[in-house]
Amino acid sequence: MSIILGLYNYWVVIALMMIGFYVVIASGNLIKKIIGLNIFQTSVFILFITIGKIKGGAAPILTEGVEIYANPLPHVLILTAIVVGVSTTALGLALIVRIKESYGSIEEDDIHRKDGTL
Amino acid sequence: MLVATALATVFIRDLFAVIMLFGIYSLISAVFFLNLDAPDVALTEATIGAGIAPILMLGTLALTRKKSEQQPQEKKSIRTIFLPLLVVVLTGIALIYATFDMPHFADPQAPAHNHVAPRYIQDSAQETGIPNIVTSILASYRGFDTLGEVFVIFTAGIGVLALLGFMTGGSGSGPKKYGQFKDTASLRHHTVLHVISKILIPLILLYAFYIQFHGEYSPGGGFQAGVIFAVAFILYAMVYGLQAAYKIISPKALRLAMVSGVLLYASTGLASLFLGGNYLDYNVLAHDPVHGQHIGIILVELGVGICVAAVMMSIFFNFAGRSAYLSHDKKEIRK
Repeated sequence: MSIILGLYNYWVVIALMMIGFYVVIASGNLIKKIIGLNIFQTSVFILFITIGKIKGGAAPILTEGVEIYANPLPHVLILTAIVVGVSTTALGLALIVRIKESYGSIEEDDIHRKDGTL
Repeated sequence: MLVATALATVFIRDLFAVIMLFGIYSLISAVFFLNLDAPDVALTEATIGAGIAPILMLGTLALTRKKSEQQPQEKKSIRTIFLPLLVVVLTGIALIYATFDMPHFADPQAPAHNHVAPRYIQDSAQETGIPNIVTSILASYRGFDTLGEVFVIFTAGIGVLALLGFMTGGSGSGPKKYGQFKDTASLRHHTVLHVISKILIPLILLYAFYIQFHGEYSPGGGFQAGVIFAVAFILYAMVYGLQAAYKIISPKALRLAMVSGVLLYASTGLASLFLGGNYLDYNVLAHDPVHGQHIGIILVELGVGICVAAVMMSIFFNFAGRSAYLSHDKKEIRK
């Protein structure tokens, strides 16, 4: 029982990660691929934040009368990772827009087909 | 909840619904982060995941769906469904097997809590005089890392500019050149939206400044403030149209702000170098170290805020401007 409760958070992370992974490799639509990548990314964020949690801890802002704080280091890493993540997502979306302009499609199969006939 | 929303994003075909669901997913994960004692992260996730990311995705959708009619969905073959599924399930099983060696959830004895973290928690108050440990690590102890992150964001901003920027030739001529036609934001005639956004925008801006300059004492900091600031302008641009937004802040000014944000950060480091310390060592910026840390952290956070806000705005403007540019092109062809 304690194993299930203790490791439950990792399993949620793995489930999310695999859903994201599946979307990335199985769907042909490029926007959907980016969304899958984002889900994968969020699962990593959740992994880090759950590692930072300590039982009975408070948010890592120093206040009077609080002894235990959550680990602030993962918070810092993830905080910056989220912002970096959205800028790289924007870059990916910009690439999709250009692909659409030159190929006329954002479906992977169509793009491959066009490349084959070229 | 999270898993259910994520699963729904897999099965729904309609991209618009998927993007909306993704926003909901981000909001739920923000609440989740708040539950796990990470208010800084929750704030970032809420503004980015539920604010900026869906807007950008919708922008892409608007750009890519413009001409194409919905193509008839081909029946997917069994191979294309089950082969990825097999890979995914196998990887999942391997990962779950690996978790049996991991420390249990919220265990104070976990290795992650026993190396550098206690030092930050115990000493950061004396060394930097700042109650929010996340801010002090972000801007001071891990200043190098954050500088790197800001450069990544900056580079992504430049990349989007290079890919979609239609005003690269004559800088500043963009707004004038395309000023005569309507852009994508057709919300200009909604009075209710106008009134409400007029009330909201100053409040959002004020909140951004609060987050920026109070980030040392409460959750917040340059990254979140920059994004919230950008959201205010994006709201303005969506309601009043792109041209009105260009009048307030031109793309050229945005590009300047992008560069100056990064420069402010880097030159803070250089200043401490010239004053006899190490790069990004703020102790030398003032007579006593704690005061120096204060100055350094405020400057660095300001640099981060300016850079992030400018990059987010220019990314949005590029997406929106691209569609305006394309619709203009089409009109030309029809003539």
